[in-house]
Amino acid sequence: MATRLKEVDAVMVGMGWTGSIMARELTKAGLVVAGLERGPDVKPSEQFALPAVRDELRFSRRLDLIQDPQMETLTFRHRPSESALPMRRMGSFLPGDGVGGAANHWGGHTWRYLPTDHRVRTHLTDRYGSSAIPEDMTIQDWAMTYDELEPYYDKFEKLCGVAGKAGNLRGQKIDGGNVFEGPRSNEYPTPPLHQNLSGVLFDKAVRELGYHPFPRPASNCSRPYVNIEGLSLGACQYCGFCDKNGCEANAKAGPHICILPKLRADPKFSLRTNAWVSRLTYDKQAKRVTGVVFTDTRNGEEYEQPAGIVVLSAYVFGNISLLLHSRIGEQYDPVTQKGTVGKNYCYQLSRMGVNMFFDDKYFNPFMGAPGTQMVIDDFNADNFDHAGLGFVGGAIIACGHGDGRPIGYRPTPPGTPRWGSAWKKAVVENYQRALNISLSGSNYANRYHYLDLDPTYRDQLGRPLLRLTYNFTENDYKLSEYCMQKAVEIGRAMKPKVMGDPRLRRGDYDIVPYQSTHNTGGTVMGTDPKTSVVNRYLQSWDASNLFIMGASTFPQQVAYNPTGPVGALAYWSSEAIINKYLKNPGPLVHS
Amino acid sequence: MTDEKLPRRRFLVGAGLAGTAVAAGLSSAAPAAAQSAAPERSSPTPGAPVSYLTLSATEAAFFSAVADTMIPADELSPSGTDCGVVVFCDRQLAGAWGGGAKMYRNGPFRKAKPEYGYQLPLTPREFFAAGINATNAWTRASSGKDFDRLSAKERGEALKALESGKADLGDFNGKEFFEALLNLVMEGFFSDPIYGGNNDKVSWKMVGFPGLPALYRNLVEEYRGKRYAVEPQSIADFS
Repeated sequence: MATRLKEVDAVMVGMGWTGSIMARELTKAGLVVAGLERGPDVKPSEQFALPAVRDELRFSRRLDLIQDPQMETLTFRHRPSESALPMRRMGSFLPGDGVGGAANHWGGHTWRYLPTDHRVRTHLTDRYGSSAIPEDMTIQDWAMTYDELEPYYDKFEKLCGVAGKAGNLRGQKIDGGNVFEGPRSNEYPTPPLHQNLSGVLFDKAVRELGYHPFPRPASNCSRPYVNIEGLSLGACQYCGFCDKNGCEANAKAGPHICILPKLRADPKFSLRTNAWVSRLTYDKQAKRVTGVVFTDTRNGEEYEQPAGIVVLSAYVFGNISLLLHSRIGEQYDPVTQKGTVGKNYCYQLSRMGVNMFFDDKYFNPFMGAPGTQMVIDDFNADNFDHAGLGFVGGAIIACGHGDGRPIGYRPTPPGTPRWGSAWKKAVVENYQRALNISLSGSNYANRYHYLDLDPTYRDQLGRPLLRLTYNFTENDYKLSEYCMQKAVEIGRAMKPKVMGDPRLRRGDYDIVPYQSTHNTGGTVMGTDPKTSVVNRYLQSWDASNLFIMGASTFPQQVAYNPTGPVGALAYWSSEAIINKYLKNPGPLVHS
Repeated sequence: MTDEKLPRRRFLVGAGLAGTAVAAGLSSAAPAAAQSAAPERSSPTPGAPVSYLTLSATEAAFFSAVADTMIPADELSPSGTDCGVVVFCDRQLAGAWGGGAKMYRNGPFRKAKPEYGYQLPLTPREFFAAGINATNAWTRASSGKDFDRLSAKERGEALKALESGKADLGDFNGKEFFEALLNLVMEGFFSDPIYGGNNDKVSWKMVGFPGLPALYRNLVEEYRGKRYAVEPQSIADFS
């Protein structure tokens, strides 16, 4: 029998970005909020301190900050006809662990999705006709427009101190920023980071080809910054250890430096770590949740936390599995296309790119940050004419240095052996002189890509693991081919001595090598309960006091990193709760 | 470093002994440092027998032979063994990672396509033990010797056969084993010396990786297009 705790006004399931933002906004509005976190607390001043934080083996290889798959993982198969097997080691994507969540180890890339990303089905149908969208491509419009979300994108950028350069300020296009972006009400909070030689060479080459380069927006503060919470962020040190690691300079935005100091000091907020939520308690008749049940992993005891509002703020997979374990909503079925939970799982086309090798350049590949990259958006989304191309969507094409850690970064020209004296010689010759153009492509929803519960494998609490059915599609392969041609053309213009072999997206999805932690979908937003799990305020159609945060609400995935809209949506939803829901509890949208 | 004429036990003693001399004699990329730097506290004391946490004599000889084939002593670096790679492998396999930390180990188990990733019940420690047994059985069947007793040329050929999936290890997947070996050896060569490999930061000197403290905010513009070359520093240098 679970021990029943005192009821709170709202409970957060997961204390990463979205749980922290929501808890902060709701306590500011006077609510008593409990934050539950499955993992441990994290103390950046101790755990992300020099010199221990500069340890490639510990953080990049042994994945110190990453979720333990023995606790909970998922099973995977390429197609519904196959039996799934567990992802026994984290690889392709890396969910976080502990307070701060994935924001402890992210790289900080912070985008706004394009206005056309917010209404992709309508836009593509208007421009190319409905036949341009393959029958199995189940893309949907977002439930709010870019213009509606703009103030919240702006707010999240000011929380993080994002470094970047505006390309569209209130409709005015600005050279040097992303001229394809939607209109911004404000410039980025901090200027772009300094570029390395790689970014400078790329910038010159793409300008000569007529494209529109801009510095990659990133929550790596380029100078000391005081955010909208009055909290101080430090300046990025270009350490080259950013992704998969914590930040000792307090320059990489995350809940620990951007929100939690305020939240921890607020008596209306209580944080409970090692609290693993196993299910929500659900009154199906009343279409309300009454709280959550969790296991305290320090004593093995079960507790019930009653709450007026439940916010699912776990990682994508945690949000979906909690709905399924709690029997909230209907499981999606790819055959009948009925049900919504688990539908429209999308990923991203990552690990694509092409290496180049020079004999007269020094790039200092260890010196930089995720924001020391130049990017073009000319072949992203629908920024170019797709008529006759046979695919929709696109990729960002980027170039820069800043992760030259030597276990992982040892580029060699094509034909080099992988060990032995000839290999060693090639590594030494090329460590300073190699350059990579990388691509990240959109991944549009497909009818047969979804999540449900596995019939065989279980997690440490004895619950069925989530089962992922996913593979790449023809659209993905064609997109990859087309955008790679553009990348190779840019590479040649940079005049390397040797061009590497393009790393294309071919064959079946491989869950082993790291690609991106940009999993999306499964609890998608929409205007119709038949095709979505949450409404435009991220409120569940099946429980009016349940709100679901994060990228699990994205109907499909674009080429960008997802954290910008993840943060913006948390602010947007919190405002709807405070200004609409609390005044009149119940469904905010009537279907 | 590996010499087929040396008995295995003598060879293991020699692994620690010869290290510094070989480094001093052969490394032109990082000459001064290899000779003058104080020994890393993780290095075995030259001349002392190497004690291992988990590796048997046969396993240590195997790792040494693999490390020296993948990372041969040449003008760029000492051999893998002399760089500490075997000590690194021993510590990794004896520790949490070797014991299966951060791995989902529940059954049932089924053979699968490579895209599904590792699907065996074995921990890394158990997997490497099985792989060493299978590889030695294979080389004994073809040439009457364990892998570490083969000539350098034969060892190179054997590793290529494993790498290309052409080695017949019976019921054991030799290609999967090769990939795991290559990963572990490279981690040992390039990780921070605190883990027992990369003695004297030899690989960092070799490629020009500065290590710590990696505070480049005021250097990134100054060194744009210019080689930033400094004596590397490791975690222990700041501890």
